[in-house]
Amino acid sequence: MEPIQVIEGGVTALLRDDVDTDQIMPKQFLKRVERTGYGEFLFYDWAKEPGWELPHNPILATGRNFGCGSSREHAPWGLEDYGFKAIVAPSFGDIFYSNCTKIGLLPVVLEEEDVRALAGAGETAIDLERQTVAFSGHEVGFEIDPDIKHRLLNGLDDIGVTLGNADAIERYEADRERSGPVTTAL
Amino acid sequence: MAKSLYEKIWDAHEVAPGLIYVDLHMVHEVTSPQAFDGLRLNGRRVRRPDRTLATADHNVPTDGSKIAAQIADHLSRVQVEALERNCEEFGIPVYSIGSDRQGIVHVIGPELGVTQPGMTVVCGDSHTATHGAFGALAVGIGTSEVEHVLATQTLIQPKPRSMRVHYRSELGYGVTPKDLILATIGQMGVSGGVGHVIEYAGDPIERLSMEGRMTICNMTIEGGGRAGMVAPDDVTFEWLEGRPAAPDPLPVDEWRSLRTDDGVEFDREIEVDASTISPQVTWGTTPGMVAPVTGEVPEPRTEGEERALRYMDLAPGTPIREIPLDRVFIGSCTNSRIGDLRAAAEVVKGRQVSSSIDAMVVPGSQQVKAQAEAEGLDEVFRSAGFDWRSAGCSMCLGMNPDILSPGERCASTSNRNFEGRQGRGGRTHLVSPEMAAAAAVEGHFVDIRDWERAIA
Repeated sequence: MEPIQVIEGGVTALLRDDVDTDQIMPKQFLKRVERTGYGEFLFYDWAKEPGWELPHNPILATGRNFGCGSSREHAPWGLEDYGFKAIVAPSFGDIFYSNCTKIGLLPVVLEEEDVRALAGAGETAIDLERQTVAFSGHEVGFEIDPDIKHRLLNGLDDIGVTLGNADAIERYEADRERSGPVTTAL
Repeated sequence: MAKSLYEKIWDAHEVAPGLIYVDLHMVHEVTSPQAFDGLRLNGRRVRRPDRTLATADHNVPTDGSKIAAQIADHLSRVQVEALERNCEEFGIPVYSIGSDRQGIVHVIGPELGVTQPGMTVVCGDSHTATHGAFGALAVGIGTSEVEHVLATQTLIQPKPRSMRVHYRSELGYGVTPKDLILATIGQMGVSGGVGHVIEYAGDPIERLSMEGRMTICNMTIEGGGRAGMVAPDDVTFEWLEGRPAAPDPLPVDEWRSLRTDDGVEFDREIEVDASTISPQVTWGTTPGMVAPVTGEVPEPRTEGEERALRYMDLAPGTPIREIPLDRVFIGSCTNSRIGDLRAAAEVVKGRQVSSSIDAMVVPGSQQVKAQAEAEGLDEVFRSAGFDWRSAGCSMCLGMNPDILSPGERCASTSNRNFEGRQGRGGRTHLVSPEMAAAAAVEGHFVDIRDWERAIA
């Protein structure tokens, strides 16, 4: 995962609420066993509707509860492969939010009016270290979990970090782990 | 200090701040192949195969195919074969197509008794909250997290906030757990639970069967919730007694302590009066766009609702009962357990599916299928004109050949009515098994309460 510091550039607007991951990446593309190449299938059905436009930009500004529904990480994979590096919305589906942070796609929560203003501005610079989004000559702040921020800023591999804490896991297993169920004994 | 059920489980599993130990990891074919590739790429092993269990459910055909090689769809076959190969390589038990324990991951976990009170359960599937019905903390995760759990048996998780949905009064005649949760989502909205672990409590919940509680917890994600749970009680213990993976004897005393202490304050609390709820039917493209069967398609209040009505080809003011249907699907991790099939069979017994309807029943697991067949339910459905299928996720998400054609309208016992969910251009109305069965007979929605009275 590449470290994130500042993400800047054009803003693509998709101002719809409750965009679910079935729309972002329809089911038929979940049969692939690869992790790459999902960008061309992004919003596959919506992209066929008249008037649909989704310019390639680093930033997507979108509506409330973006990425709700299915846990498919194929949705963030598609958004990232399409070129997005940050997604700004008033709120996100929980699993989607988490999935984005695992692949270095930065989810940013802003008030709805700020998202709309950002979409109107068309350009922005998102500074992860300072937790700010700058557009139209001013800045607004955003919240992010400190651990997630640390991992994104440094491009850390979660599994590597956790395995670095393997002693704690071993202690847990020795002292506190519950006795079952043992799936291999079924 | 007074603690909630959720906090008790969280505290018992915190390895380090924000790092949670996973007692059970369930795996399926769609969200795991890239995770296994990641392990191979980095030379990592699966830390605890004995806490991991896999099945093939999302894209298996329901035509009775017994081995992966029989799957006609090339990509589906490759994916199921990859699951089998990965599980063999990493030593994970797998109930793939052809196994008599195969089925929807959220059906087989409870069925085998691997889902137990006080556990943490994860799966690369958003409906993992189903397992919370047993008083477990069960969360859906993505593929990167699947890889993380495989490698470390832990999940990195910023601590969610807590929420309680308190039900009072009692469910009316003919009203089911499915109606209860649909109405709850209608009340709190599809993002009302975002960032929260939701405990469902109150007399109406305590009176529900385990299957009913699973239906409720299953749809937590449709209200945005991170996890849903119900405190374990005698109903839970009776259900678990004698299951293949259940401890013998059950640690009932320990499990009884898994409840929210008096005086605990939740970050958010809502109250729902169960007695005011009617059988529910969704009319739009989110599970929160829902109305009582006695109601009408509403006037759209937002752009999203306008879009939904266009997609659903419905006019405001149309009585829900006059919506004509083409298909009926009884199945999915929400409503495919033996109790669901019994309830639906009771409705269709001695009746015929309307000539305008193509109806199917997809049991949630091979064990549910076998049980239903032992009780003769398959015969009830078949003679009424239903197609009786093998276990899998099937038309809940249409990854296998069971899909709607564009424009087709379906009464479905599943959990999502998103655009294209059951097939591109397909239109989904979410209902209970009883309502779906009655709609299959009549060709349109009926108020099951009147209809059941008519039977009696």
